Amino acid sequence: MKKMIESIAVPVIAVVIALVISALVILAIGKNPIEAYGSLIHGAFGNQQAIIDTLIKSTPLILTGLAVGFGFRAGVFNIGAEGQMGIGALAAATFASNFGGLPPAIAIPLTMLIGMVAGAGWAAIAGFLKAKTGAHEVVTTIMLNSITTYIASFMVTGPLATGYGSPKSPEISTSAQLPILMRVGAMELSSGIVIAILAAVFMYVFLNKTTTGYEIKAVGFNPYAAEYGGISVSKNVILAMAISGALAGLAGVTELMGVHHRFLGELAGGKGFDGISIALIGQNNPIGIIFAAILIGALRTGSNEMQFMGVSKYIVMITQAIVIFLVAADRIVRAIYARKKVEA
Amino acid sequence: MNETASQVRHDYAVEMLEITKKFPGVLANDRVTIRIKNGEIHAIVGENGAGKSTLMNQLYGLYHPDSGEIRIFGEKKTFVGPRDAIKAGIGMVHQHFMLVNTLTATENVVLGNEPVKGLNFDLKHSRQAVKELSEKYGLYIDIDAKIEDMPVGMQQRVEIIKTLYRGAQIIILDEPTAVLTPQEVEELFEIMRNLQKDGKTILFISHKLNEVMEISERITVMRGGKVTAELITKDTNEREIARAMVGRDVVLKLDKAPHKPKDIVFEVKDLHVRDNRRLEVVKGVSLTVRKGEVVGVAGVAGNGQTEFIEAITGLRKAESGHIIFQGKDVTGAHPRVLREMGMTHIAEDRFKYALIKPFPAYYNVILGRHYKPPFAKGAFLDHKEIKRYTAELMEEFDIRPRIIEHLGGNFSGGNQQKLVVGREIKANPKFMVVAQPTRGLDVGAIEFIHRQILRMREQDVGILLVSMELEEIFSLSDRILVMYEGKIMGEVRPEETTVEEVGLMMAGKRLEEIRGGKL
Repeated sequence: MKKMIESIAVPVIAVVIALVISALVILAIGKNPIEAYGSLIHGAFGNQQAIIDTLIKSTPLILTGLAVGFGFRAGVFNIGAEGQMGIGALAAATFASNFGGLPPAIAIPLTMLIGMVAGAGWAAIAGFLKAKTGAHEVVTTIMLNSITTYIASFMVTGPLATGYGSPKSPEISTSAQLPILMRVGAMELSSGIVIAILAAVFMYVFLNKTTTGYEIKAVGFNPYAAEYGGISVSKNVILAMAISGALAGLAGVTELMGVHHRFLGELAGGKGFDGISIALIGQNNPIGIIFAAILIGALRTGSNEMQFMGVSKYIVMITQAIVIFLVAADRIVRAIYARKKVEA
Repeated sequence: MNETASQVRHDYAVEMLEITKKFPGVLANDRVTIRIKNGEIHAIVGENGAGKSTLMNQLYGLYHPDSGEIRIFGEKKTFVGPRDAIKAGIGMVHQHFMLVNTLTATENVVLGNEPVKGLNFDLKHSRQAVKELSEKYGLYIDIDAKIEDMPVGMQQRVEIIKTLYRGAQIIILDEPTAVLTPQEVEELFEIMRNLQKDGKTILFISHKLNEVMEISERITVMRGGKVTAELITKDTNEREIARAMVGRDVVLKLDKAPHKPKDIVFEVKDLHVRDNRRLEVVKGVSLTVRKGEVVGVAGVAGNGQTEFIEAITGLRKAESGHIIFQGKDVTGAHPRVLREMGMTHIAEDRFKYALIKPFPAYYNVILGRHYKPPFAKGAFLDHKEIKRYTAELMEEFDIRPRIIEHLGGNFSGGNQQKLVVGREIKANPKFMVVAQPTRGLDVGAIEFIHRQILRMREQDVGILLVSMELEEIFSLSDRILVMYEGKIMGEVRPEETTVEEVGLMMAGKRLEEIRGGKL
């Protein structure tokens, strides 16, 4: 219980401090921080449209946050969610424009499955290299990100090219598009948000209730003890990377099926990397990650309205950076503290 | 010598007076006083945990004594860190070298004190200085070779040159021969004599009696954090040193019920294993363990026991040889296969292997059996059963605090060990590898764990006990094997041997040599 309060307290305090420091920056540029924050909040939650916009922006962030957070729990640093998200969307887009003949009940899960398998396979390459050769996943997933970029631009200018406008893939079949939950004005909230929340539930159950989750956590905490306990470290490293990649792939495919309906030629636009910050802020806890993703999503949405007031929207980047810094610093402080205790 | 004047003034190069150093739960040095004469080669011997390294680390400024005084050449010193010790003329060659693998010998020697020319590193000057030192003392090295391309013996010589380059007058060699071949040991001794001729004082830490007899002039023996003997080498013999090292006390023999061992359950044939540096550290070990028998493997740490245990429990690849468990060749089998067959393992290093610190007790006690009933129902963990079982185990093995949610890392050492012992015993093994089961525990916990091991023996479990504690080996074992430099020196029965005899084997004497009257 005490631990739970502690793990909630850290990110909350970090957010408060970050908002105070950002307020000082706003003051320094001669604006009123209270008004600026007022418009920020209004822009993110002020009306139905704003809320829907925030949720749309948060959906992929929840999923990439889960992807990275899952990796952290298993002791791997999947910095390649960006690429896995891209490859997931690309793979799904490649097939899903031909799903017109299928009923949605088949086309939707099938498209999702393609995206997840592609993301999982892509990440599993890094997992395999780590397990078999010791190549660090930070290096290999970054390299895979680059490879994805080139594959994506090849696909949208070559085999998938529509032949008009900017490079993009053809629209996916209507039956493969996610149903709309709510529509306000031009804003459409797809059921992607439901999928994201289900993914969080899945991660929670998997890590806390299953034997495989137990094994993955054991490997993450202490690979030597895991091996001693008869748990194959290499198998679980590959599996953890694959699941992490599947979640990132799911992020890509929900964007494809729920928002853009086609692959737009570039990767996740930084959402994969945002996943790292979100996992950190959410303390790798599925519920924490949902809140962290909504926080970042809200900052991004609300910042547009703040911009109208003459306060640069990049202020929220400062806020976000400070939050991450403080949450990460908390770990540093705790790590130092823990080491001191061992030495004493 | 023209140093006569200074020698009169400072008869002793090093004086450590009434040094006490405590670590949580351990009194590592208990009012230790040693005096090292100027210009002598002084050996410090003792078993692992005797407090030798702690003492030397204080002399080198790595630890600070809780009380006591250090004098260098008669002058009282307080070292905040190694930098101060180096300034006072002390150099230390650690057991594990502190060299940068990708730099050359020269670069390593001057690192931290690089000669400069303007703003640039003066390589020419550095090479010259290193070359001079190398030639002066017969420390042959390739000054332009990278450390990673050098044999271990040469790396050690680089370390010695490094201390000399920094102006060391007093050189601490911490178990320098542990990593060397016999020829390299001879070369090292030659170097030590050259250094001595030049007026250097050398502290030689070792537990190998023949080496100590060959090279040193005086010997300080430590045991249990105290000095147990101060000897002059030419007036003593290996027996006397061994006795001071392992203790004069009569070994406690636990009231161990006679028990007749049954069939062979576990067998190792001519096992060879390499360590992480690819050096062969287990060199042809063979042994058998019967059901209902405790076979003790004694030896000083670092003689291949760790790698031997890792190989037989599936945690390390064996180079060659066979491991046979219940008549089946299990060489190279995964730990899970071995566990399924009924082998459990109380690991030597509970923090590395046996315990997952961030896991609560109830997850730690199922490790190894977490994937099958009664702890798992299909793909899911059965938390209710796991928690019930944990409470039962904690009751049975008296683990405190009796909180099943308590994290593994938050229990005290003794309770962590009981948790591990309980887990491995309750898995109903047919054969148990028990390594250092009572390291760092208090008397009560030690007795408890010993009784559990004997209880397993009575239930016809075969037990291989690897321990550095001679008392433990003597009081639990039905047969004792002694391991030295990866080989078995001999096999004895506890009732037919003496601590002295085992001590000599631990220091590298073969049983035939000892009993053949060569000593």
